[in-house]
Amino acid sequence: MPATRERSAPLTRGTLGVPGPSGAVGVRARSRGSAGLHPRLRAGLFGLAGVLLLALIWELYTAFGPADGVVIGGVTVLPRTTALAMPHLSVMFERLFEPVTGAASALPLWQAVLAGSLFTLGIAAVGWLIGVTVGLALALLMQRFRLAESAILPWIILSQTVPLIAIAPLVRRWGAQIQFGEFTWESWMSVALIASYLAFFPVSIGALRGLGSPDANHVDLMHCYAIGWWKTLWRLRLPASVGYLLPALRLAAVSAVIGSVVAEVSIGLRGGIGRLIVEYAGAAGNDPGKPWAPIFGSILVGLIAAGFVGLIGLFFRRFRRGEVTE
Amino acid sequence: MTNLNSSMPAGSVPAGSVPAGSVPAVSVHGVSRVFAARKGPGVAALNDVSLTVAPGEFVSLIGPSGCGKSTLLRLIADLDTPTSGSVEVFGKPARQARIDQDYGIAFQQAGLLPWRTVAGNIELPLELHGVAKATRRRRAADLIALVGLADFASHYPDQLSGGMQQRVAIARSLAESPSLLLMDEPFGALDEMTRERMQNELVRICAETKAAVVFVTHSIPEAVFLSNRVVVLEARPGRIRSVVDVSLGEMSGRNEDLREDAGFFHSLSQVRDLLHGTEVDANAPRTNAIPTGARGVETR
Repeated sequence: MPATRERSAPLTRGTLGVPGPSGAVGVRARSRGSAGLHPRLRAGLFGLAGVLLLALIWELYTAFGPADGVVIGGVTVLPRTTALAMPHLSVMFERLFEPVTGAASALPLWQAVLAGSLFTLGIAAVGWLIGVTVGLALALLMQRFRLAESAILPWIILSQTVPLIAIAPLVRRWGAQIQFGEFTWESWMSVALIASYLAFFPVSIGALRGLGSPDANHVDLMHCYAIGWWKTLWRLRLPASVGYLLPALRLAAVSAVIGSVVAEVSIGLRGGIGRLIVEYAGAAGNDPGKPWAPIFGSILVGLIAAGFVGLIGLFFRRFRRGEVTE
Repeated sequence: MTNLNSSMPAGSVPAGSVPAGSVPAVSVHGVSRVFAARKGPGVAALNDVSLTVAPGEFVSLIGPSGCGKSTLLRLIADLDTPTSGSVEVFGKPARQARIDQDYGIAFQQAGLLPWRTVAGNIELPLELHGVAKATRRRRAADLIALVGLADFASHYPDQLSGGMQQRVAIARSLAESPSLLLMDEPFGALDEMTRERMQNELVRICAETKAAVVFVTHSIPEAVFLSNRVVVLEARPGRIRSVVDVSLGEMSGRNEDLREDAGFFHSLSQVRDLLHGTEVDANAPRTNAIPTGARGVETR
C-alpha cells in the first residue's frame, strides 16, 4: 500500500543526494533534464569500454596464447590461437570489404550481409508485431478472468520449453495447406510466425504483471468512481503497466530476431541472415574472416530492434514517472 | 438489501443534489460483517452496528486496531458489503449512492496517479464522469487554490511532499462537490506538525463546503478537534462502545486556539477513558446513544 511514497522517496533522494523536504522540489524539477543525460552518457561510455575490452582480450590471447590452446585433462578449455580458429579483428573487418566470392559479379561482403540483415529485420518486425498483439491479448484475457489465468498461464510457460527446430517443420507443413483466393502461404510467413512464438512470451508475462500492478488503493478508487473494467483498463491499468511493458517489448524484439534467424535455418529460407550464417560457416576452413560477417549482421539487427523499442519508450516517458532509473 | 437497477449512467446526478435536512447523510442499521475464515466460524469485524450521520455533520470513528472502523467506512463506500444489516447513504442503498457519486473519498495513502499532474489528478473523477474540459479546468483550479497548492498545479506527485500529496487527494475527493466525505485515516502517514496544519485546513474546508464527513482515525486529539461526534468502537467483535458529543461549536469557529481550550481537554479525556475501557463506562450502552448524566458533555 505505501507504494506512492515509497516510489517517490528514493527518487528524490537519489537525484538530490540529500533527503530533501518539500523545499527542494524546485531544485529537483530543474535538475531533471541534465541529470537524465549524464548517467546515460556514462552508461554508453561503459558499454563502449566493455566492447573494447573484449576486443583487447581477443587480440591479446591470439598474440600470447599457446598455439594448441589450453588443454586440461584432454579437454580443450581455451581455443587454439591459429589464424583459422581465431582470426584477427582486422581480418574480420577487411573481409567485409572484399567480394563475397571470386566471381566477377560478386557484391562486397558487407552489402550481401546488409541485404540479408534487412530481410531478416523485416521478418522479425512482422513476428514482433504478431507476438506483441497475441501477448497483449492473452494478458488482457488473463487479467479480466481469473479462470483464464489459471487455464492459460501454465501453457504459456510450457510453450517456451518446446524447441524452435521442433515446431518449424510443423508450421511449414500447416502453412503449405493454407490457400484461399489469391493468398498463398509463403515460407517467410512461417519464419515470422515462429519468431512471434518466441516474442509473445515476454509480452504476455510482462503485461500480465503490469496490468496487475496498480495498488489496491487505486483499484478501490476506480471502484468508488463506479467506472467499468474497460475504463479502469484505459485510465489505470494500461498506464500503470508501461513500466513493465517496455522491457518486455525490448525482450520480445530481441527474441523475434533470434527466432527469425533460427527459423530461417530450420525452414531453409533463402535471403536472410540465418541462411548466410550457415552458408558462410562452410567457408571457415580457408576464409576465416567470412563467417563473422553475418554474425555482426545479426548483432546489428538485434541492436536496431532494441533501439526501436527504446524510441517507443521515449513517447511514454510520462507513464514511467516514479520508476527508479539508474 | 434491495437489488437495484444499475443501468443508471454513472455521474449523471450531480452529487450535491440531495436535499439537506430531512434525509440523513449516512444511516447504518444493525450492520454485521463477518470475514470468512478457512477454519472455524470466521472473524466478526463488525457486530450489529447502527449509526446515523446528519447532513453536514462531522463524525469520527475511533478505536483500537481491529475494531472494524475501516470496515465500517468501506461498507458505507460500498467497497464491501455487509453480511447482514443495511447501509443507506442519503436514503439510497450504498451501492446506488456510489453509482450516483454521492460521496468523495480519501484514503491513508494519497493514491495519486503518478503520471498525472496535480491538476490532472484532481480532474480525474470529473474526466471519468464526462464533465466538459473547460468546467473541469475551472473546478480544478478552484480546488487547487482551496488546498493552497496554486504554485504546484503542473507538478507531478513525485515532486510533492507527503502532506502536499494528501492535500491533492483531499482536493480530488471534493472535485464533484459531494455532500458526504469519507476519509480513512487521511493524515495517518503524516508527521505531527503537518498533521495539525492539515486538520486546521480540513476544518476550514468543511466549513466552506458544508459536507458531512465520516472520518476514521487513530488519534484522539484529531477526532476531538475535528468532530461534532466521536464514535468510540471496541474490538472483537467490532461494535460501538459509545458516542461522545463534542460541543466545541461550529466548524467555522474552530481554530488553533481550540487545542488549548478546556472543553477540548474535557472531551479528550472523555474519549480516552472510553477507549481504555474504564469501569465508569463498563455498562455504557452499546448503541449510538449519547452518554448522559455524570459523563455528559459540558456546555458552554
